[in-house]
Order: sequence, then structure tokens, then C-alpha cells
Amino acid sequence: MEKSKAMQHEKFGEKDFQAIVGNLLRYGVWISLSVAFIGGIVYLLHHGNDIEDYSVFKENDRNIFEVIADVYRGVIKGNGEFLIFFGIILLFLTPVFRVLLSLFSFLIEKDYLYVAITLIVILIIITSISFGFSH
Amino acid sequence: MTVLTFTLIMILGAFLAGFIGSLSGLGGGIIIIPLLTVILGVDIHYAIGAALVSVIATSSGSAAAYVKEGITNMRLGIFLEIATTIGAVGGALLSAIAPTSFIAVLFGLTLIFSAINSLRKKEEHIVLESSPLAKKLKLNGTYPTHDGEVVSYGTKNVVGGFGMMGLAGMMSGLLGIGSGAFKVIAMDNIMRIPFKVSTTTSNFMMGVTAMASSVIYIQKGYIEPGICMPVVIGVLFGAMAGAKVLVRTNPKKLRIFFACLIFVLAINMIYNGLNGKI
Repeated sequence: MEKSKAMQHEKFGEKDFQAIVGNLLRYGVWISLSVAFIGGIVYLLHHGNDIEDYSVFKENDRNIFEVIADVYRGVIKGNGEFLIFFGIILLFLTPVFRVLLSLFSFLIEKDYLYVAITLIVILIIITSISFGFSH
Repeated sequence: MTVLTFTLIMILGAFLAGFIGSLSGLGGGIIIIPLLTVILGVDIHYAIGAALVSVIATSSGSAAAYVKEGITNMRLGIFLEIATTIGAVGGALLSAIAPTSFIAVLFGLTLIFSAINSLRKKEEHIVLESSPLAKKLKLNGTYPTHDGEVVSYGTKNVVGGFGMMGLAGMMSGLLGIGSGAFKVIAMDNIMRIPFKVSTTTSNFMMGVTAMASSVIYIQKGYIEPGICMPVVIGVLFGAMAGAKVLVRTNPKKLRIFFACLIFVLAINMIYNGLNGKI
């Protein structure tokens, strides 16, 4: 036991890092779902009796920044649908924070191979966002 | 149908999907899609979007605990995320242009494959010695067992596992699922990683994989708040209830039962897809 404790110190708190990532994931999920849940209730209060048909797909082609601007305006107005959307965006962002956190941790550990690997993952995500402009 | 009625039916349906998903080990996403499309008549694109959202919620939620316990191999996860994110972006772009009948048939086939995979007898072969590339990438690791012991393991065939992960990511982006069955093949069968580590690491990776395709989903309008909300709630509670029941029942008989049920749903989807009804 003594030996493994000493090793953890050398490895710059790998355990602490695991705890931080674990908490980030847990709170991220709960916060985003709570926001979406409140939005769901607001949405049902206003639109519960509307008729909605989901059998036909209305394809959009909006770039992500337009969507985010819409969501921002909608949330300020207290619109239920946009509140749900905001919650979903928070949910999608949780893993992004997780990746940034691991980048930081590898930098501290001076594990440059994994700094590079994490940067590649970030680059792929950025490329995927920029696909919105090419369409 | 009014929004309220539809919401209530969907919560119930998603609850069932989450329940069956956690009992059969298939994941809720793979059951929610045939349920929404075949039974409730929702367009497959909306179903894919809602499934992806619920998959992220359940996988991040359970990943949290495993990461804290130190079972997840984070280096392995981040390394393989290169493959899954590239695959996911490709899959999501493909799903935007592919005809719905093609998606339905492909989904049906994936469903059959996953059902068979859930019944397959799994044998563990832990290797201690890592391949040279795995050593270079520091992919070996340890995990704690229930008795507090620490098991160490090595990793083989990094290139093969990486390629299979790319395919898993593509299926995830194309169909909005966690594609657990493909990841199991990549990690357990090809890279020889212990079950406990491979399932928890694949859960951990799901969030980032999904993130890569979700941006495209959002831009294309797959994410419909009115559908996503009841589906996420239903799946989460269903999965929790399933986990409770799992402790008290014999999962083997249940697995056979659900595998048959999923097989029927899959055939139905393929049939509807070929007829152009989906």
C-alpha cells in the first residue's frame, strides 16, 4: 500500500484527476437534464393541446452558430422548446469539457504524446463543427 | 394526437426501451429507434436524434462512477476516440444524404447482429504482455476487482482495434446508437482487453463520439425538443429500473427472450425499409 501511494504522488494525483472527471460527468448530466426537464414542463404547459405530427421530417440546414443564437434568444424569453434545446446542448458540451480537462492533465503530467492525441480529437470535433459552413 | 398524449406515450415507450436495454445489455438507443419508427410512426431522423441524446445521458451518467473507481482506461479511451470521432463525422454526413430505406435496412441488420452478440458466450482471455505499439502508447493498465485486488492487463493488435473502432464510430454517427456491440468486438476480441475495462471505457468514449456527430445532427434538424425530452426521461428511469431488476433475476433467460423480441423488430424494420414505408 505504501508503495502505491508513493506512486500516485509521482504520477501527479491520477486518482484526483479521476475524481474530477467523474464529478464533471455526473454533474454535467444532472444539470443539463434538469434544465431540459424544466423546459419540458414549460413546453407542455403552453403546447400540451397542440397537434404535432412527427412522421414527416423537416430537414434544416442551419449552421450551429445560428442555432445557438436562436437558443439564446429563446431561453431569455422562457420558451420551453428552446430551454429543452439548451439542456441538450449542455449535455453535448459535457464531454467537450472532459476532453479539455484531460488535455490539461496530460500537460501537467508532461505526457506530450497524449497531449498530441488529445489535440487530434479536439481538431476532429472542430472540423465537424466547420462542416456546417460547407453545406 | 395532441402533444400531451404523444409525450405520455413516448415516456412510457422510452421507459420500456431503457428497461429492456439495461436487462439485455444492448443499450437503450438501439431499442428506442424501432419503437419510435415502427410503433409510433415517428420519422427515422427524429428517432436517431432522440436516441443519440438518450445514449449520451445514460452513458455519461454511468461512466462517472466507473471513472472514479479507476476501472476506465482513460488513455485507451482517448486514443481510440480519434477513430470513433472520425467515423462518427463520416457516419453523420452519410446519414444526411442516405435514403431512409437504406438507413432502416442497415439498422435492422445492426439490430440482428447486436441481438446475436448479446447471446454469445463470452470468454475472457487476459494477456499480460502488450504489443510494441501498445507499449509505446501506454495502453496497458490495471483495474480493481470487488475484493480490492488489482488486476493488470496488456493490450494487443492496436491497429486492428483502431480500425474496428472507426467502424463503430461510423455506425454511431449514422444510426445515433452507442454501437456497443462493435466496440466490444474491437476491445474484447481484437485488443484482448478485459470485459470490465472494455465496457466501461466504451461508455466513457460514447460522449465524445456522439458530440462529433451531434453538431451535424443539430444543424440538420434531427434534434426535436418535443421528442427528445420524454425519450431521455423515459430511457433514464427505465434503465435504472432495469438495473434494479437485474440484480434479482436470471439474465440468461431474459436475454434470450429479448433477443427474440429484438429479432422480430429488426425483421419488421427491414421489411418496412424495403417497402419504402420508413
